[in-house]
Formats: sequence, C-alpha cells, structure tokens
Amino acid sequence: MSRTWLISAAAAAALLIGLGGAQAADKKLVVGFSQIGSESGWRAAETKTAKTEAEKRGIDLKISDAQQKQENQIKAVRSFVAQGVDAIFIAPVVATGWDSVLKEAKEAKIPVVLLDRQIETRDPGLYMTAVTSDTVLEGRVAGEWLAKQTGGTCNVVELQGTVGSSPAINRKKGFDEVVAKNPGMKIIRTQSGDFTRAKGKEVMESFIKAENGGKGICAVYAHNDDMAVGAIQAIKEAGLKPGKDILVVSIDGVPDIFKAMADGEANATVELTPNMAGPAFDALIAFKKDGKAPPKWIQTESALFTPDTAKAEYERRKDAY
Amino acid sequence: MTRSVSGPSRTLPQYGALAAVLLANWLLFPDFFSIRLQDGRLFGSLIDVLNRGAPVALLAIGMTMVIATRGVDLSVGAVMAISGAVAATLTQAGWGLAPVLAASLAAGLLCGLWNGLLVAVLRIQPIVATLILMVAGRGIAQLVTEGQIVTFTSPGLAFIGSGSFLTVPMPVVITAILLGVTALLVRMTALGLMIEAVGVNRLSSAGAGVNTPVVLIAVYVWCGLCAAVAGLVVAADIRGADANNAGLWLELDAILAVVVGGTSLLGGRFGLLLSVVGALTIQAMNTGILLSGFKPEFNLIVKAGVLMVVLLLQSPTLTLFLPRPANPRPVRAPAKPESPSPSAGA
Repeated sequence: MSRTWLISAAAAAALLIGLGGAQAADKKLVVGFSQIGSESGWRAAETKTAKTEAEKRGIDLKISDAQQKQENQIKAVRSFVAQGVDAIFIAPVVATGWDSVLKEAKEAKIPVVLLDRQIETRDPGLYMTAVTSDTVLEGRVAGEWLAKQTGGTCNVVELQGTVGSSPAINRKKGFDEVVAKNPGMKIIRTQSGDFTRAKGKEVMESFIKAENGGKGICAVYAHNDDMAVGAIQAIKEAGLKPGKDILVVSIDGVPDIFKAMADGEANATVELTPNMAGPAFDALIAFKKDGKAPPKWIQTESALFTPDTAKAEYERRKDAY
Repeated sequence: MTRSVSGPSRTLPQYGALAAVLLANWLLFPDFFSIRLQDGRLFGSLIDVLNRGAPVALLAIGMTMVIATRGVDLSVGAVMAISGAVAATLTQAGWGLAPVLAASLAAGLLCGLWNGLLVAVLRIQPIVATLILMVAGRGIAQLVTEGQIVTFTSPGLAFIGSGSFLTVPMPVVITAILLGVTALLVRMTALGLMIEAVGVNRLSSAGAGVNTPVVLIAVYVWCGLCAAVAGLVVAADIRGADANNAGLWLELDAILAVVVGGTSLLGGRFGLLLSVVGALTIQAMNTGILLSGFKPEFNLIVKAGVLMVVLLLQSPTLTLFLPRPANPRPVRAPAKPESPSPSAGA
C-alpha cells in the first residue's frame, strides 16, 4: 500500500517537474556546459561564476564535469545535442579532435561557444565564438603599470611559468614589449619558477643573492600569483620589505595575492577573470534575439588591481575560489 | 679488483663531485661562499644549498635503505603531498602543533606500511607496488585539500620550514637529526647488516634466519616517515599545502641522489651519508644554475650534462683508466704514458 503510494507520488512529482520544465522552456534559454573538471582553484571559480551568471540572466545551465577527459566532453556534447539545448559551451581540455562532434551540433543547429581555451580546426564555422583572455595583453598590462609606477626606470627580475607553456611564453612576450619601449627598464634576471610557490621562493632566494642581497632589484614580475606569494616570503626572509624595497607585480588575481596586497606586501595583479561564461551568455542572448553572429573571438577584460581595493576584492573572492 | 679499493678512495668520487660543483658555483658567482646573519639565521648561497637540499636529502635517507634491499619507493613524492596536506588542513581546522605533527607523520607511516605489506607480504615488485601509491597518493592529497592551496599562519608549524636553531635553518637541523638517528639504528644494531643481506639475496638471507618480511616492512615504513618529514618541511616553508605540486617528481631526485651517492640499485652495500652528499650535489647544481643567469631553457640540459660527468666518474669501467695514487695495484694505462705511477708502463 505504502509502496504504490510512493510510486504514484513519484510519478506525480515527475509529471509536475516535467510540466514545469516544458513551461519554462518556452521562455528560458537552456545551455549545456561541458567543463574540463576542477583541477585548480581557478577552474572551480569559473564553474561557480558560470552558475551565478546564468541565474542572473534566468538561463537554465546544465553543467557536465569531464574529469579532464576529452571522451567525456564528447559524450556530454552528444547528450546535449540529444536533449535539444539552445546552446553548448565547451571549455576544451585539448585543442584537437573536436571536428566530428561539433559537426553533429551544427547539423542540429545548436550554436557552440568555446570558453577559456581555443581549439584547432580546419573549419572555424563549426563554433560560433570563443571567449578567452589575451595572455599577451596580461603581460603588457603588468609591464605598463610597472613602467608608470617607476617612471620607466627599473631593474626587474622575472619569474617565468613552466618553460614552453603558452601562458608563460605570452606573458613574457607582452611584458617584453613594454620593456623594449622603456630604455630605463631592464630584465636583469629571468628564470622559471614552474608556476608554483615553492619554486618561486627558491628562485627568488637565488636572485636576491645574485643581485647584491637584493639591493640591485627594483621589482619582481611573476607570471602567476602563486610564484609571487613564494617570492614575497623569500624577500621577507632576506630582511627586505616586499612591496616597498622590491615591488611585486603578478598575474591571475587569486584570493591570496589580494590578501598580500591588503597587507602591503604586493603591489599589483592583472586578473585572469573566471567569468568566461558571462560574456558568452550575452553574445548568445544577442544572437537569439536578432540573429547577429558575435565576433569569432571575444576577449575578456584583463583588469589591473592595486592595494587600495585589495581588502574588498579579497572578501568578494575568497568564497568564489 | 674494484673490491680491493680501500674506504677513502671509494668515497672520493662522491665528495669530489660535490666539491667540483661547489667550486664551479664559486667560479660562476664569487660570493657563493659568503655567509652572514640575517634575523638570527645564517644567510647565503651555501646555506640555500643545504636548506633547499633538505627535502631531497630527507627522502634520500629513507630511499637508501629501500634501495639497499633491492627495492625502490616511487611514492615518496606523493607521500610528501599527503603529509603536507594533512598538516595544513588540520592546522587550519584549529588543531595544536603536536597533534598536527603526529597526524601527518602517522599518515606517512601508514603509507610506508601499505608499501611494505605489498612488497613483503604480497610479494609485488617494488616498482609496481609503490607506483600505486605514487598515482593514488596525489589524489588523496587533493581530496584532503579539496584541490586548493591550503594556507596557514601558525608560527609553530612555519618554524619547521623557516625557523632556525643556533642560527642553523630548521630543515638542515631536522635532516641532520634524522640522518643521525637512522645511522644509529642501522649501524649500532644488526639491522644494517640484515638490510644488506636481504638486498644481496632475499632467499638465502631468509634461509640464514633473517626475518625478511619484517626487515622489508621496516625499511618502507621508515621511508614513508622520512617522506612525511620532508612533506612537513616543504609545506612549512611556503606556509601552505600545494597538493598538485608538493614533492612532484622528487622521487626521481631522491633515487638519483642515492645513485650519485654510490649505492647500487642492485641492492646490498649502502651509504647513508653519501646519499645525503648526493642530494646536496644535485641541489648545489640547481642553485648554481639559478645563480648563473643562464636562460631557463638550458636548466635541464646543464643538469643532465653535469650528472653525466658525475656518474661517469663513478663508472667502474672508466675509473680503470684514471690514475689513482691510493690504489695498491697500479692500473696499466697505455693511453697515458705520462702516468704519475712509476711502475706503470711496460
């Protein structure tokens, strides 16, 4: 008796949910998002931000976690096509091998937006647009801040990311462009800190010793915030004041660097925004409304943050990461 | 022939390699040996070599004994990540220093016990048995930290990484203590002999009455403990546990340190102090590369080149061609007529 009751209750509930879903589908956009996974704090923040941005716009967002596997992402895209969603977002785990599944989406007339990373394909018509940051610009913004801050005269030590990785190459390139424009600016030492705190600290220790106890260093430029946090500790242990004796500028905008800025130990960071989905939603809504295709590449803002807003920014971010 | 070589000249290649690397550093960077006090702590490039070499030296102490039993422990890097993750997470949760240290060392012991049981009782080959924890361990550490870098401000735990005892940095002090304790355990008891016996021939040492499973489990447990201490040092140093990167690939550096220290991967005779010398040689090289100002693209090539020379110096075939005054039986070296030994030559 209780069992039949349960079953009928479940059936009724399913019917209600189904009806609700059908009703909502009339006005609500449904977007499927194939996310890589949650391998870093930044990635988790990207997923979280996508959810809140979807809520803000009244979009029904279905997220599928691929656990770093392309095959899972392809399965997810196929299932989104079968469900007949209004659009598919993909944060591609690798650059190649997407053509056939994207063709299936195109045949079903479902627009695809790439988030955070580009793909390699012979037919760019397979996706509507890609929302990514410009890593060269990030390096340039960091360099321009430093040039302005020091009046264009500064001996910089650079903590590079993992040798050969594309953010390391591009963040160096952008910064080098600014150095080339300012004859008083020089990169006196550059080494790889592998994007980690421990390596950032070790490399900074050797820089300080190599440059007369740190007296010859005006600023440290780190390709990510984690290495900067390590460098700050090395500067402190050498008896110098990070943020004053040696300026600290880095890229990413993770919560810990805002904490360091609030404590006066770091000077600037360029944010790699975790809000990749927001601009993608806006482009999609505009496309659905008047059919106007967005540009092939939507560049996210590379905003610079300094200590005066650090405390508030830290409070705002610490739960998103 | 190589067996007849006396003690000091057997260790000559190891100390020689360290001295050569230090000398090269000094030539590249004249202030290399200058040391001063900074906030009551020794400060200088040579201190960096000791301080930064400490984690690999700690791993090498445990690894030496595992290798002496003809085994290998690939999981030490992952165990470092686990112990650091446990320490940082519990500290953030408000635990005191003593229970935090006990918990993360216990985690290391447990990992070692797991490896030991797989190798000694289930008789799985060490390289495969420890590969399981090498892969899974980092995942466990990520579960503990929930994929974040867990930071802490506890001065007690941070002291392990950046504090000092009588001006000597704590990581160096801890390494010296662990080296001393381990040396006492294996050299003042029969344990060292049993480890070598198991490594030379497990079957006949069992026949001779050595309880081989217990010896094997003991060395893996000790190796796990050393890895846990190394993990604590690394986490305390950056005041945070980075489960993705802590100890990454350090198992290979530890094995290399043991080999550079002259212990054979085929088991048997081992040298604890020499493994630590090996670890310091590797670190001296790393520090030298950082000081030299080479482009980072050259790091790995320079490192490989220097290691090649160090290992060639130890090669049994090549050392036959080197003039060796301490050698009681001069080697015939027709390629070098200017050999200092008067009895050499026809």
